[in-house]
Amino acid sequence: MAVLTRSRRAERLREGVIQGALLACGVVSILTTVGIVAVLIVETLAFFREVPIVDFLTDTQWTPLFAEKHFGILPLLNATLLTSVLAMVVALPLGLGSAVYLNEYAPGRVRSVLKPLLEVLAGIPTVVYGYFALLFVTPILRAIVPETQIFNALSASIVMGIMILPMVSSLSEDAMNAVPVSLREASQALGATRFETSTRVVIPAALSGIAASFILAISRAIGETMIVTIAAGQMPRLSWNPLEAMETMTAYIVQVSLGDTPAGTLAYKTIFAVGMALFVITLLLNFLSQWFVRRFREVYE
Amino acid sequence: MSAGAPQTGFRDEAFERRLSARHRRGDLYRWLCFAAAAVGVITLAALLLDVLHDGLSRLSPQFLSSFPSRRPDEAGIKAALWGSIWMISLTALMAFPLGVGAAVYLEEYASNNWLNRLLEVNIANLAGVPSIVYGLLGLGVFVRFFGLGRSVLSGAATMALLILPVIIIASREAIRAVPRSIREASYALGATRWQTIRHHVLPSAFAGILTGTILALSRAIGETAPLIMIGALTFIAFTPVSVFDPFTALPIQIFNWVSRPQPGFHVNAAAGILVLLAVLLAMNSAAILLRNKFQRKW
Repeated sequence: MAVLTRSRRAERLREGVIQGALLACGVVSILTTVGIVAVLIVETLAFFREVPIVDFLTDTQWTPLFAEKHFGILPLLNATLLTSVLAMVVALPLGLGSAVYLNEYAPGRVRSVLKPLLEVLAGIPTVVYGYFALLFVTPILRAIVPETQIFNALSASIVMGIMILPMVSSLSEDAMNAVPVSLREASQALGATRFETSTRVVIPAALSGIAASFILAISRAIGETMIVTIAAGQMPRLSWNPLEAMETMTAYIVQVSLGDTPAGTLAYKTIFAVGMALFVITLLLNFLSQWFVRRFREVYE
Repeated sequence: MSAGAPQTGFRDEAFERRLSARHRRGDLYRWLCFAAAAVGVITLAALLLDVLHDGLSRLSPQFLSSFPSRRPDEAGIKAALWGSIWMISLTALMAFPLGVGAAVYLEEYASNNWLNRLLEVNIANLAGVPSIVYGLLGLGVFVRFFGLGRSVLSGAATMALLILPVIIIASREAIRAVPRSIREASYALGATRWQTIRHHVLPSAFAGILTGTILALSRAIGETAPLIMIGALTFIAFTPVSVFDPFTALPIQIFNWVSRPQPGFHVNAAAGILVLLAVLLAMNSAAILLRNKFQRKW
């Protein structure tokens, strides 16, 4: 009996150790968040000791690498918002249209080909999209509108829109799939055509999920780095003309990292301040999207 | 319509006119939606054809076995290819056990308390953090704080954290798909919790976990921004021999070549993209094969 108790105790100990080890694996993900926040806060605070936060938020010039330094994030923020909004102008109708086609119209065989192809689009590395934007889309744009600059926001935005299209499409389709069949049947029984059922019953019922997919897609576009770095250029400029070169927040971070910037210099700290702004914006959008789903979900049955 | 309606001796002409207009609108809508779906596929085709057209002629054994060079037709991707292989192997070694461990904990052990709710929320939000922010984390923590420098190890550790949420989410799904009855049968035979997980749950979920891990790794192999942040170099004329060596990787090399003005380097970039896409295709095919071969229906 004593032997049995001892082995029981050893067994219980082993079970406890294993559970602890597994919990530790999960805790790594919390440490990741803590690490991100800590790194960003430490360097950002160091940055704000040298540059007043008011300048950062209101100055309209961003020239930290020049002799006469200005630290206004507005040109970078403006470029980020412009490219993201234009990308959504591409991704929103195309993604929603694809979702409706896959959900309502596509015959089984077409669907089984189309859906994986759209997923392939989501798996292509962004540096490849950057190549495509700069060396395929930009020359076409320049043939149509000759004053387009070699580096321009439009080309980057269009390609970024194509990149996030699969995300909009698959999340929106999930939302439409969740609408009960009985609602469609009721609509069709009342004599509505497929178009009317789709636009007046299914899409409104799935709206919370569709909106959430849009918000997530904007968040993706804001954090996207390589396409805008390669195709939109490194020219911080407060402009709404998408045919010009401009520099997004992410592109600036890359620009500094490519140079030789020793730790501790002001230029080194700027990338963390910009990264902090990026992190806060995307985090807020992700929360907003989750809140949308919870708050506005139509619950049936 | 006109065949059915007259039985009542009454035809609502206005209704029928509207009806055909409604059907026309429906057809238009259908075609617009089809066109939207087609745009994505056509762009994909254009992208692939463009890269093939630009880069196929450059692919050669010399391209795979040469180090970077100032002359585009002598440059190659040997350092980048080996750097990527080193990095992705180390990433897998770190991310796989951590991800599966966390997934097992959350599915098999976690009760509904604050710590576990925090874990859930945290993982969901980490999945939405832009990859360049992970690069800043890697720069601040691995390169500077731990003093690992601009090494393969720093790069792999950063990538491991980046794909950890993806692996956790995929593994949890695979573990959740194992029916309760399997666990209960094991407990009924006197197995402990860990014995049940070790001998029944994990083997049953293994294919799904592996598929998810391969897909996550294929994301890591194409990631560029975090590696630029931690300072993966672009002009490296050697392959790593230890985890503390500096390195370059395929996407970094491609980015470097795209950013140069000379068309000769753009051809190299296209050829590099072909190699990268081939690696991705191989990984994804492996994932699909695994899924089809080992998928169990309960």
